[in-house]
Amino acid sequence: MTENILAPEIAPRGATGSWLHRYANPGRFLRLAQPALPWLAAFSIILTVTGIVWGYFFAPADWEQGNAARIMYVHVPAAWVSMAGYAALAVCSFFSIVWRHPLADLAAEEIGPVGAGFTFVCLISGALWGKPMWGAYWVWDARLTSVLVLFFLYLGHIALIRAFDNREHGYRAAAILALVGAVNLPIIVFSVQWWNTLHQGNTISLTGGSKIYITMLYPLLIASVGFYMCFLTLVTTRLCSAIMERKTRALLLAAAERAA
Amino acid sequence: MTPRKKRRLYLLLACGIAVGSATALSLAAFSSTLTFFLGPREVLAKDPAPGMDFRLGGIVQVGTVNTVVSNGTPTTNFRVTDGQASIPVTFTGVLPDLFREGQGIVAIGSMTSGGDFSASEVLAKHGSSYMPKDVEENLKNSGKWNPKFGPPPDASTWNDMAVKSNGS
Repeated sequence: MTENILAPEIAPRGATGSWLHRYANPGRFLRLAQPALPWLAAFSIILTVTGIVWGYFFAPADWEQGNAARIMYVHVPAAWVSMAGYAALAVCSFFSIVWRHPLADLAAEEIGPVGAGFTFVCLISGALWGKPMWGAYWVWDARLTSVLVLFFLYLGHIALIRAFDNREHGYRAAAILALVGAVNLPIIVFSVQWWNTLHQGNTISLTGGSKIYITMLYPLLIASVGFYMCFLTLVTTRLCSAIMERKTRALLLAAAERAA
Repeated sequence: MTPRKKRRLYLLLACGIAVGSATALSLAAFSSTLTFFLGPREVLAKDPAPGMDFRLGGIVQVGTVNTVVSNGTPTTNFRVTDGQASIPVTFTGVLPDLFREGQGIVAIGSMTSGGDFSASEVLAKHGSSYMPKDVEENLKNSGKWNPKFGPPPDASTWNDMAVKSNGS
């Protein structure tokens, strides 16, 4: 019976049968994602716990900030995931507007709350770090303010995508909001280079010149991969339930129509 | 791709370019207000009126910190520098733990008529290099880096330095 519920396609098949429609079809996504979910969940928990336990109990304390620097093992991964999450939201919105793809709409709807959660963790952990080191929970410098804007963009998207009786209207409006808000991403990334900020500059650089000791870098990277996978697990779980919810509603409506 | 999808794609790209350049232009125009603090050189060039609040940022100049305690309240005099200019700062109160010579700080306050900066609040701006205390001492003793004078060399040059103890 479950097979019957899951198998039919919710999306109208793309006329051209392009790769996009073949692999991003909600029914096929469900069949691929559901068996992968337990693995995703297991790896995200193992990596996150390893990274944080290593960082908090085994990595050396910082020469300048002492044990307070250990907040980075939560703060930095949360910050990276909140930005990557928004980038994913923007990509979904792009697919939603150009290809009107139903899976992109559903994904955008489910990414919003998860991304907002990670941004909230980033803001709170940053405030708890700022008080003992800077002497202030919050300052209005370019990095902090642009991340707060990111949080509000997430909240606006969450509200807008659910604000219409006609769901399609909500998807269109929220996709435009998400795409316009994407200009904030480079601002967050480069804020510490373009303007004077109280927030520190970049420690890790992909082009070389990192300034972090190796046994502090490893737990940070492991925790980051863990956080990314947590994000992926949460979004995939929510997406699977959203697809099934839609399918159930469609089946119930069809049954009611047959009965009438 | 159908013509309608192609049209939406081009429309979206055009909107993206428009929104992007509008944002870039606004940010460039408001750059001076987006910056969190002014360096000593900018302060000397702008010459803000005495009593007007602003944030002064820079490095605590080595050898200029002088603290006097009267009635249990410390008053600290030091100079903030950006390497080229420096401004004398007076602050009454308890400084943040990270305050030291060579430390980046941001002071909130205003200029006095005497050309000093009178700070009502001092924030410490910690660096962006993370390493154990042992490694920092090792670098300092070997003359490769002194935290008083700028950021350390690339981590690849000190990642193999041994750590004697874990934790604090």
